[in-house]
Amino acid sequence: MISTGLASIAYLGAAILFILSLGGLSNPETSRRGNLYGMIGMTLAVLATIFGPHVTLSGLPWIIGSMTLGGTIGLYAARKIQMTQMPELVALMHSLVGLAAVLVGFANFIDPAASARFGIAEKAIHEIEIYVGILIGAVTFSGSLIAFGKLSGKIGGTPLLLPARHWLNLLILLVVIFFGWRFLHSQSVEDALISLGAMSVLALLFGIHMVMAIGGADMPVVVSMLNSYSGWAAAATGFMLSNDLLIVTGALVGSSGAILSYIMCRAMNRRFLSVIAGGFGTTGGRLPSVENGEPAGEVTPISSNETSELLRTAKSVIIVPGYGMAVAQAQHTIFEITKHLREQGVDVCFAIHPVAGRMPGHMNVLLAEAKVPYDIVMEMDEINDKFAEADVAMVIGANDIVNPAAQEDPNSPIAGMPVLEVWRAKNSIVMKRGMASGYAGVDNPLFYKANNSMLFGDAKKMLDEVLVSLRA
Amino acid sequence: MPLTIGIPREIAAQERRVATVPEVVEKLIKLGFEIAVESGAGEASNFSDEAYTKAGAKIIHTASALWSTADIIFKVRGPSTKEVGMMRPGGMLVSFIWPAQNPELLQQLAAKQATVLAMDCVPRISRAQKLDALSSMANIAGYRAVIEAAHQFGRFFTGQITAAGKVPPAKVFVIGAGVAGLAAIGTASGLGAIVRANDTRPEVGDQVKSMGGEFVPIDYQEEGAGTGGYAKLMSEGFQKAQREVFAKQAREVDIIITTALIPGKPAPKLITADMVESMKPGSVIVDMAAEQGGNCELTEPGEVVVKHGVTIIGYTDLPSRLARQSSTLYANNLLRLTEELCKTKDGIVLVKMEDEVLRGTTIIKEGHITWPAPVQTPPAPSEKPAKVVPPPAPKSPEATKSSQTSGLAVAAIFFGAALLFLLIGAYAPPAFLSHFTVFVLACFVGNMVVWNVTASLHTPLMSVTNAISSIIAIGALMQIAPPVIAHMDRPDVWIRSLALLGITFTAINMFGGFAVTRRMLSMFRK
Repeated sequence: MISTGLASIAYLGAAILFILSLGGLSNPETSRRGNLYGMIGMTLAVLATIFGPHVTLSGLPWIIGSMTLGGTIGLYAARKIQMTQMPELVALMHSLVGLAAVLVGFANFIDPAASARFGIAEKAIHEIEIYVGILIGAVTFSGSLIAFGKLSGKIGGTPLLLPARHWLNLLILLVVIFFGWRFLHSQSVEDALISLGAMSVLALLFGIHMVMAIGGADMPVVVSMLNSYSGWAAAATGFMLSNDLLIVTGALVGSSGAILSYIMCRAMNRRFLSVIAGGFGTTGGRLPSVENGEPAGEVTPISSNETSELLRTAKSVIIVPGYGMAVAQAQHTIFEITKHLREQGVDVCFAIHPVAGRMPGHMNVLLAEAKVPYDIVMEMDEINDKFAEADVAMVIGANDIVNPAAQEDPNSPIAGMPVLEVWRAKNSIVMKRGMASGYAGVDNPLFYKANNSMLFGDAKKMLDEVLVSLRA
Repeated sequence: MPLTIGIPREIAAQERRVATVPEVVEKLIKLGFEIAVESGAGEASNFSDEAYTKAGAKIIHTASALWSTADIIFKVRGPSTKEVGMMRPGGMLVSFIWPAQNPELLQQLAAKQATVLAMDCVPRISRAQKLDALSSMANIAGYRAVIEAAHQFGRFFTGQITAAGKVPPAKVFVIGAGVAGLAAIGTASGLGAIVRANDTRPEVGDQVKSMGGEFVPIDYQEEGAGTGGYAKLMSEGFQKAQREVFAKQAREVDIIITTALIPGKPAPKLITADMVESMKPGSVIVDMAAEQGGNCELTEPGEVVVKHGVTIIGYTDLPSRLARQSSTLYANNLLRLTEELCKTKDGIVLVKMEDEVLRGTTIIKEGHITWPAPVQTPPAPSEKPAKVVPPPAPKSPEATKSSQTSGLAVAAIFFGAALLFLLIGAYAPPAFLSHFTVFVLACFVGNMVVWNVTASLHTPLMSVTNAISSIIAIGALMQIAPPVIAHMDRPDVWIRSLALLGITFTAINMFGGFAVTRRMLSMFRK
């Protein structure tokens, strides 16, 4: 048993370690240490709680049992997960945080000991904290589950657009506020529980509806937004429990997610609200560019043999991976090609668009998994000037993020979105399964440019062929 | 019944090219055609009969047999009267024709009920670039022009400092920055020369720079772009300014390469005898417009002459001097055309007159002269400036507006936040306030820390924040078995069940999140 004072100090230590943990991620060199700080901080916080003044020894078997169970599942999942499935795993984990916030909120509410010492004003605030905590938790939970479904392909990626969906959301909000008022003024615990339950159901529905309305390409924003929500849920729980560690941690996670959402939105040149409101490509902006019949033209197909010929004679090659690479699991072949070319003295580097893939940094993780050294993996701002000097730019399963219409056609729905300027390279090769347009539903004039060739087929298969003929 | 494509030997003097190469034969066969090649057709460009046989072509020994068996003839130069005589009635011919200069040839072919596609009539639109043989030949000619110049020039191109003394780099002036001019610029700068170039179309300046040259402008306002990306005839005032620039360059440079052509007109005389005289002895002029009369007054088409100590090269067969290369590229151009003609890949051609490219290229269809094709679309280059100009205009007011609104927005946010904080300060109990302080400060710390996270680690950032947010477990831990407070009616079972579930779920996150982050981070390596 340790005293309240010691427990508080332990919490402070944990909070500092968490901050250091995030700080460590500023650089791949220090990131592993950062993760270690996080683990130590978490251990410290959990131990200080278990042996602190709020837990009696009688609870120990329960705690050990449930933590072992959950820990085993978690470790198993962490070991088995494919790197391409990271976005799903992250979404699923967000939902668990949300769910835990809901459970803790309910448990806290039905525990009379939790609010025994409070005066009237404090009790009201406490109840608002419970209400808000459960609300955020429930939205995070159901929203993350739907995001998980969409990312894993269990639910279709197309946005579900109910009629008058904005009014529906507003209505839900009003009803939630109404139940909140009713909750605060309820006479008995049962009465309050009804309000709380009704609100939870509404929050769950709201979470489902919100994520259902968002298209596949906006997933990076959604995942980071849910990341943010899970943090706010933790912070709200912290307020509810008067626990500063939870508040600090929740605020850290919440602002981290919010910043990521902001970065993602900026990378797509979209407003956060319009992403959340859902439905890409449904706005009127799309029609004019279709009427222009803009990029009518012919594409130049290229064979894998010719591709390897181009690569072999190039001095510098830039590879632009997209979600298609993740789907085809082509990253290992790409690494082999990269290795081969680098051994031949070709300068190879990678260009990563912030929203390539389904979550922030998705491509970096896949490339890292394939052992691609991180110092040749560049961000958009670092590399955009270098395309003009590149002999070959190879686009693998990406579309909207290399669309010149974003810069050239002011009527395009993606106008103004920062894109990788692949077309400035002397030659570009786009690997695609077919001529389908990207998630934005916008035709890509890049395909029709004179110095662009198309390598049609499954990315993995085609790259394998390229690798074989490179080695030949 | 698949059609037979026949490749005769070129009979024109000094023509070393051939209309298809073994590599392309294979691809034509894949499109369903049968290929017949006249014996010795590829000899001058180093393609043996065996190579053609190996690629799947049939070798035919006499020209007359070839011309009469083939359904389609692929050629480089336009046919002679004799060749037209051997051609099978109703057949098809693809080659350079130059219909404007060869009206009799046109009549002869029409009399044969032939269908004729002229490679010099391919429309200059981006879709047709892959079959634009004029460009591919001009590219080769530009390269060869520099090589011929280097051959005649008595010095290095590149500057060197050797033990035996300092060598200044050669100075090359290229007139006309079309495909040939750009190729010449690229080749000359690749050899290390200082390259300058001029064109009547100022917008090609960037292209000149991209090839390693320096653009020499002419200080006179006039738009020089004609239709189809070619230059047009300029006014007298412009020509005077131009002559001054050229005269100055002639005194300075060692090599002049001229490529100036105006469609359907004799080449403009840009280099006068006086300018030649003013050049340093040993200088070289390559007149790539020699076939159209030459850009230099002293050029003798087809010959190399020395006038006033300056070597003037007037070769008219520059692409043919690189026969293997030019044959390969020409064969590829023809292959692309064949693909357009035979979309079904069954060895049958269909000359679709609705297709803009085929319409322009076809000069005779089944005996009816269809040349010249009506002008359909405005040429791309003149459309471009109009298109490029608008974007900046709507953009700039928007940008200034957004920066203004962002200033306003910041003020509004500060005001709102101040109001909110005031309200909270006025009404909230002190305990809440201390938590609130912690919360706000933590948000700021989080903000500072997360902005420093490198973009490549965004996924690990999410998974680690995810793991950290399982700190919510503390809430559940506190609920599972708190110290008992007397006289309290507490629904222990319910609370414990909820808390147990909470702990289990957060434990998944806690262990899983850190473990997967660890796994990911261990993969990042230099």
